[in-house]
Amino acid sequence: MTTYPIDQIRADFPILGETVRNKPLVYLDNAASCQKPQAVIDSIVHVYSHEYANIHRGVHTLSVKATDRFEAAREKVKRFINAGSEKEIIFLRGATEAINLVAQSFGKSQLQAGDEIVISAMEHHANIVPWQMLCQQIGTVLKVAPMNQKGELIFEEFEKLLGDKTKLVAIAHMSNALGTINPVEKIIAAAHAKNIPVLLDGAQATPHMAVDVQALDCDFYVFSGHKLYGPSGTGVLYGKQALLEAMPPYQGGGDMIRTVTFEKTTYAGLPHKFEAGTPAIAEIIGLGAAIDYVSAIGMENIAAYEAELLAYATEQAEQIKGMNIVGQAAEKGGILSFTLDHIHPHDIGTMLDSLGIAIRAGHHCAMPVMDFYGVPATARASFAMYNTREEVDILMQGIKSLIEVFG
Amino acid sequence: MFDDLRDLYQEVIFDHNRNPRNFRVMENANRRVDGFNPLCGDKLTLFLKIDDHVITDASFQGSGCAISTASVSLMTEIIKGKTEQEADTLFQQFHEMTTGKTEEVNLEAIGKLAVLAGVREYPARVKCATLAWHTLDAALKNQQEAISTE
Repeated sequence: MTTYPIDQIRADFPILGETVRNKPLVYLDNAASCQKPQAVIDSIVHVYSHEYANIHRGVHTLSVKATDRFEAAREKVKRFINAGSEKEIIFLRGATEAINLVAQSFGKSQLQAGDEIVISAMEHHANIVPWQMLCQQIGTVLKVAPMNQKGELIFEEFEKLLGDKTKLVAIAHMSNALGTINPVEKIIAAAHAKNIPVLLDGAQATPHMAVDVQALDCDFYVFSGHKLYGPSGTGVLYGKQALLEAMPPYQGGGDMIRTVTFEKTTYAGLPHKFEAGTPAIAEIIGLGAAIDYVSAIGMENIAAYEAELLAYATEQAEQIKGMNIVGQAAEKGGILSFTLDHIHPHDIGTMLDSLGIAIRAGHHCAMPVMDFYGVPATARASFAMYNTREEVDILMQGIKSLIEVFG
Repeated sequence: MFDDLRDLYQEVIFDHNRNPRNFRVMENANRRVDGFNPLCGDKLTLFLKIDDHVITDASFQGSGCAISTASVSLMTEIIKGKTEQEADTLFQQFHEMTTGKTEEVNLEAIGKLAVLAGVREYPARVKCATLAWHTLDAALKNQQEAISTE
């Protein structure tokens, strides 16, 4: 890992130079949202300073420029996840909106009462609630594949849930609360053997590993831009073209139509059919810049660096008496969820904040995971490509000190 | 190491967190209300015995952070022997103190509860301190349903 340009990377993120409560910021809340490199910030400033107008509309120069930049971002996303066509890349507000789109458009048009949707016990609320809403609307049934104490999907139990009535599997590529990386290849193979399409929630996976949707052969893949060092308000739905073609629009409005009369409207083709209204133009262009940034470093390099960082953090954590790691899957991304004996996660969060350390304390939008482990909340340190061993040391020292203070 | 936090985490708070007072189920309670903070998972059940408008006993069960545990522990101590009216006045004063509506804290009236004044500098933690008191407010109004900070 000697070649990993950590100093350059840190210098590229201006916020990492900030102080919080008079201490140098140690930002370990990356699973909630990542910080932005200067290249992303610059790209937004550049768009608004030189190339901004609405897209897909005017014949004037700025509109054409903005449209070109916006569509170039789509091409970048396509290459980033290796989709077969830019028609399969739908720009949305985030992974949450993407799952809601699939639930409402695919779900309502292709599923009927009694059909089953299989999720896992470690899902984020964004991959639970949209399906529950669909179930209430049309009478589909939600099935939950269990996990073991380590936070790993129990694959045999998952497989047993796949039956004649199963019409969709929707599962996290990587868990936000536990860090578990699910065996998505096996999951997809098992589902496809029964002709069941699979949606992967890639909100946590995309910033930490290379994703190839064609190699995976997943049917839908969703992720958020803000967790991939891009602007908030951006997200992507990838869907296989044939599936997307068969789905009705999610929202009506401008940009998603071909012709409109008061009697009848015909819809635009992919991907615009699913992009009603003016999108987050500058932000999507910023997402393109974020993809350029991580691609230049290389997702494999980032994954290897973060794996080493997680291994180091885990080793340190295991040496602290009274510190319990929640989520110990064999396959894990850079997330260290933990509890401390007799100290509530919110006290941990406030005390670490006073040392300049930002972690998440709470249920991580995964209340069923908290229930599974019988805890009200956990504290979570989540790593990104710019974190260092020194920061892990500062975290661990802070934890040791607060255990002492609480006595 | 945690010098900046001395206003928030005073020794009294650590003490009540380690050894919460009146931490028991009250079999002969005539008021019982559950309080819940869904953001952090703090849960408590408040038990009161009210005889002729006087709170003759107060206790609680539940789990939460140090701030919420200390707050409910201190509260059960201070409201014992108070009339419902006096307890309600304390609720108002406590609420104003923790939300920063009054700069001056009436130390005489609020007594030991003043150790919780520090939360007003930590907006994310105010609800930890006020959960106990909103639960008390519901109990005084004889509401049956659980209360939530959200």
